[in-house]
Amino acid sequence: MSSQEQQQTGRTATMSDAMVEAIASEMRADEEVFYMGEDVADYGGIFDSTTGLLDEFGRDRVMDVPISETAYLGAAVGAAQAGMRPIAELMFVDFFGVAMDQIYNQMAKNTYMSGASVSVPMVLTTAVGGTYNDAAQHSQTLYGTFAHLPGMKVVVPSTAYDAKGLMHNAIRDDDPVVYMFHKRLMGIGWMPAPDGPKTPVPEEEYTIPFGKADVKREGDDVTVVTLGLHVHRALEAAETLAHEGIDAEVIDLRTLKPLDRETVLESVRKTGSLVVVDEDYQSYGVTGEIISSVAESDLDALEAVERVAVPDVPIPYSRPMEDAVIPGAEDVAEAVRSVGE
Amino acid sequence: MYEDMVTARLYEERLQEEYMEGKRPGFDISAGEVPGELHLAAGQEAAAVGVCHHLRDDDTVTAPHRPHHVAIAKGVDLKRMTAEIFGRETGLCHGKGGHMHLFDPDVNFACSGIIAQGCPPAVGAGMAAKKRNTDSVAVAYLGEGAIDQGGFLESLNMASVHDLPVVFVIEDNDWAISMPKERVTSPQDGSARADGFDMHGVRVDSDDARAVYEAGAEAVGRARDGNGPTVLEVQVHRRMGHFMGDPETYRPEEDQERAAERDSIERLAADMREFGIDDEELEEIRDRAAERVDEAVTWAKQQPLPEPEAAHDHVFTNPPSGVTDEEPEFSDAGAAAGGDD
Repeated sequence: MSSQEQQQTGRTATMSDAMVEAIASEMRADEEVFYMGEDVADYGGIFDSTTGLLDEFGRDRVMDVPISETAYLGAAVGAAQAGMRPIAELMFVDFFGVAMDQIYNQMAKNTYMSGASVSVPMVLTTAVGGTYNDAAQHSQTLYGTFAHLPGMKVVVPSTAYDAKGLMHNAIRDDDPVVYMFHKRLMGIGWMPAPDGPKTPVPEEEYTIPFGKADVKREGDDVTVVTLGLHVHRALEAAETLAHEGIDAEVIDLRTLKPLDRETVLESVRKTGSLVVVDEDYQSYGVTGEIISSVAESDLDALEAVERVAVPDVPIPYSRPMEDAVIPGAEDVAEAVRSVGE
Repeated sequence: MYEDMVTARLYEERLQEEYMEGKRPGFDISAGEVPGELHLAAGQEAAAVGVCHHLRDDDTVTAPHRPHHVAIAKGVDLKRMTAEIFGRETGLCHGKGGHMHLFDPDVNFACSGIIAQGCPPAVGAGMAAKKRNTDSVAVAYLGEGAIDQGGFLESLNMASVHDLPVVFVIEDNDWAISMPKERVTSPQDGSARADGFDMHGVRVDSDDARAVYEAGAEAVGRARDGNGPTVLEVQVHRRMGHFMGDPETYRPEEDQERAAERDSIERLAADMREFGIDDEELEEIRDRAAERVDEAVTWAKQQPLPEPEAAHDHVFTNPPSGVTDEEPEFSDAGAAAGGDD
């Protein structure tokens, strides 16, 4: 469904509601789908990722687990290899280190190491992102970390519409999918979301294919490539820039693995300038990957390039410092102006 | 001991008020004077003071994400700790760490926001003491929700097999966020974990600070005398939600009432009265504690916020060339507090 078609559906939903709707629909359709994680049953997910699921599906299918990430994420791998379709939630992506072997060495690699005689059809959902001053162990996005190692599909929705379609796809996929939702986009009561992520969402099910970026705003002068929360910050910047006579195109990657390099390249061929915006650390990350993709494919298309990302520092606690390292709309606008010069 | 418990309680009550400043109406976690999440420990004071009162400055304590009562009992600089919680430049960590990540090397105190991950460093501190042939000990605090973590269980084995001077203190408040112990942990007696690792385990089944003090004397004494590690579990009660803003819809009212009724501070006060300490003396102690809390908070709020650029400092102790690590300029107040010299 295109952006125009989305507008035609009347009902809007928050990103968390849209995600949960897809999960519930898949759980109704397939007994083998179940959800486990910390505080996902009675609490409904700290970030509202499972609100209402316990009431409909009961404790056997919506399972609170001990704070034992190695055990339950590994159990999801085992259940998936046994043919079930578990969804396992890692409450904060920052906690990945506790269970990294199960994620990187088991979940991601067993298909390959078994010569594809085994598959791991599970979804690892996890909350990412800062902007609420929770310091270095609870504020990372780590997009690059998960997209870097082979064997996992990596999904980062930025709107309710995308969140639902991508979740349907993630649960049906026969490979492990890491579904990274930004806390600031979910529509949680205690963490106000910007207006953008609450979009029209059809009640019926639909899928959004992996590896298909979405042009969230068309423009002729500069291509801005981003994902997650920063789609909305880039769109805000684009509105400011429009008043200055700069017409920015904003591309939402939506999935990092597979990555839609073609849409980015086409846009850069049109605009000639590229700005990549990421809430992850700059070095060895999404920004470098996108820029090198374009440079490898068509160096001549690239007249100017900038990247806007978190400098290589852990996310600081105190507000002035956190604001300084996480790119804001004005940082994006500034980068766009500088490539336009 | 009583004074530290009262200080911790008054401190938590004051922080609760300060935290809500600017976060209303509604609850916006990213607004107000105190940034980020806040996990309060009112009701858990007995476990902190009962053990820490046997410790010296050269003994190490690692605390979890709910650290204030333990920090106070260990003698962490209250003013600089408060400044850190308010995200100020002169805070213990220059505003980088925040309330879950307090470091005070003067009294060998540290904490981590990741469940059970303070246990391995405590083992390391115990190892250092043993190698250096000193009689200092290490104490790792963790909640009962953390005892299913690999980091804890692996640490027990290391401490036991190397006969290290480590005390693991489990604060059993019955709740791992929204997960009641009986649904996620087996067996439920955390001190019984010690049996499997051939070490001492003891459980104090009440909020009785005197009983914890006695058990703490034995456990710390055992470590100090070179007789190996102990698991000491203390029943405490979480009077508040897991974090500020927690709606606690998962928690039965009886449990909240029970937590409010079983108050270790009132219990200790009653004991003291029996020993002939009159109300006037208790009130004096309370006034002293209140004054100390007020001084710390008042001082902290007068401290400057860090400059945004300071976010780039302190990534390394010995920065590689090309990485800036200029010390932020400190105000006189910071220098007076022993800030950075």
